[in-house]
Amino acid sequence: MTPRVVFPNKLLPYLLVAPQLAITLIFFYWPASQALQQSLQREDPFGLKSQFVGLANFRKVLADPNYINALQVTVIFSVATAFVAMAVALLLAVQADKVVRGKGFYRTLMIWPYAVAPAIAGMLWLFLFSPSIGTFAVLMRNLGIAWDPLLNGNQAMALVVAAASWKQISYNFLFFVAGLQAIPKSLIEAAAIDGARETKRFWTIVFPLLAPTTFFLLVINTTYAFFDTFGIIHAVTGGGPGKATETLVYKVYNDGFVNLVLGDSAAQSVILMVIVIALTAVQFRYVERKVHYG
Amino acid sequence: MASVELKDVRKSYGSTEAVKGVSIAIPDKELCVLVGPSGCGKSTLLRMIAGLEEITAGEVRFDGQVVNAIGPTERDIAMVFQNYALYPHMNVFDNMAYGLRNRGTPKDEIKRRVDEAAKRLELSHLLDRTPRQLSGGQRQRVAMGRAIVREPKVFLFDEPLSNLDAKLRGQMRVEIKSLQRALGVTSVYVTHDQLEAMTLADILVVMNGGLVEQAGRPLDIYEKPASTFVASFIGAPPMNLLKLSDLSVTAPAGAETLGFRPEDAVIASATSGLRLEARIEAVEPVGAESFLHGTTPGGRVILRAPGRSQVEVGERVAVNVPADKLHFFDAQGKRVEGQGVSVQI
Ligand SMILES: Nc1ncnc2c1ncn2[C@@H]1O[C@H](COP(=O)(O)OP(=O)(O)O)[C@@H](O)[C@H]1O
Ligand SMILES: [Mg+2]
Repeated sequence: MTPRVVFPNKLLPYLLVAPQLAITLIFFYWPASQALQQSLQREDPFGLKSQFVGLANFRKVLADPNYINALQVTVIFSVATAFVAMAVALLLAVQADKVVRGKGFYRTLMIWPYAVAPAIAGMLWLFLFSPSIGTFAVLMRNLGIAWDPLLNGNQAMALVVAAASWKQISYNFLFFVAGLQAIPKSLIEAAAIDGARETKRFWTIVFPLLAPTTFFLLVINTTYAFFDTFGIIHAVTGGGPGKATETLVYKVYNDGFVNLVLGDSAAQSVILMVIVIALTAVQFRYVERKVHYG
Repeated sequence: MASVELKDVRKSYGSTEAVKGVSIAIPDKELCVLVGPSGCGKSTLLRMIAGLEEITAGEVRFDGQVVNAIGPTERDIAMVFQNYALYPHMNVFDNMAYGLRNRGTPKDEIKRRVDEAAKRLELSHLLDRTPRQLSGGQRQRVAMGRAIVREPKVFLFDEPLSNLDAKLRGQMRVEIKSLQRALGVTSVYVTHDQLEAMTLADILVVMNGGLVEQAGRPLDIYEKPASTFVASFIGAPPMNLLKLSDLSVTAPAGAETLGFRPEDAVIASATSGLRLEARIEAVEPVGAESFLHGTTPGGRVILRAPGRSQVEVGERVAVNVPADKLHFFDAQGKRVEGQGVSVQI
């Protein structure tokens, strides 16, 4: 056990945590409580006065078929994004682990996309796949695929998932590479001697030992897909066509800032907050149990 | 079970040569120990036998068949690693069963074999535990268990006892020897500990700088070290080596260095053999015997005296070594046959 630090001054410990507390209070608890307060009120069209309405906003939001649609879209989008981002990153990390020469260079290249801002990442994908001007759109049309994400909701979804995953792959890659490096080489060698071929070794030794990394990334990636993908969706599809790519976060923005229904928007934020807390709690409670920390 | 043969085996990492041409023949069922200082290429050689390291040049044969191109998965060997390399996410049973499952052994056969190995290694009550819940000694036994359930052609050990405390190391040394005897599996055992090497080996291979210095039966090597390197590496305390030019000795032609084992020296004056005068600098009593550190005209020596020594520090004593217990080495450190005697005070 590490020895406990004892502060001679009673005030000092509080002073040391004060900046952290201040940041959390100002940037999380304050807006969160504002949202909570607003979600219980209804504002008149001119924003002059608000009126307490209890849970009416919540009832309205949950009864709205558009909201249920956004919920479905979010689930599909998040699961797909987290899965694609992690699976591709893992594949790349496993391959990078085998690279002998130019390892550092290869890894550096892999990490660059993370430095690209979400909106710009979205624009990149939009340009590449735009039906009228996109390079890849032309390629796909030449291959006989009727590519038009502006009309086809499934294609639009595929495009935002691809763009959102692409952005996150670098981050996941970095963690998977570190996770792979932490697995002692002798374990892999022992498994090889024990008669396990490469694929078998991966699924019976490497993948289970990566579980702590995978679990951490699962939490991070679902949270990312839920919250941090607004910029990409905004740039690529704007939630359309129809509402095929309108996620919960995008709807909060749409209702609050575009349609200015602040009460609904606030209620949605609160629900979103509850969902993420629940999701993370479930992940820690049920998924983490299967994780073996070496 | 198989005989293992190495023919001029070499390994280069880029421009550095780790193993510079090693030839060893290990008959079926025998235990060969590779011993040498750290960095001399023991592990590299072992890993080439295992198939974990590509062989730059030369041949490795099992039962006369070249296995160079066969990977570790198909080579049918079992290896005990220095850090044991147990699968941390599997319990003891699964650790031992893993290799059998991969080879499609029937379930009841797996259970029978693992139970048998566990009983032999006194692990039966630990089968449900994960490696983390085991002591160092227990982990070592699981690693052994994982090797023996497979019933492979060849056992390979890479310093399997170096992470244990001295007492446990002594116990496991005996156990490994009897296990290897009982199973009759050809084995290659790497260690840097000369005591372990001497006690375990059927064939002892002393390595230095990627080359074999000497190979043979342990006691033959002890009695007739082929070089000053072997003389000072095998045996503790090591052989005393003195420069002949400082002594007046009749020595075989070409000899530059004279050597004798600490236990072959007697503190007494005699009329034959080598006679030296030593000034005692330190006395180390270890119970059953005492080690006397002294200086002579030819250099420093260590002498072994039975029981508790009466000799005091600073005392000058007459040392006698019988003529047939003297060893001679040339300028390159190679052994020179022949006997010499001296009269020297
Ligand atoms: N993967 C490697 N790349 C480069 N040099 C290596 C590698 N593995 C071992 N060596 C070198 O080969 C020599 C022999 O190493 P090793 O077989 O591990 O020695 P030992 O097991 O006898 O201590 C050492 O000089 C070591 O630095
Ligand atoms: Mg070694």
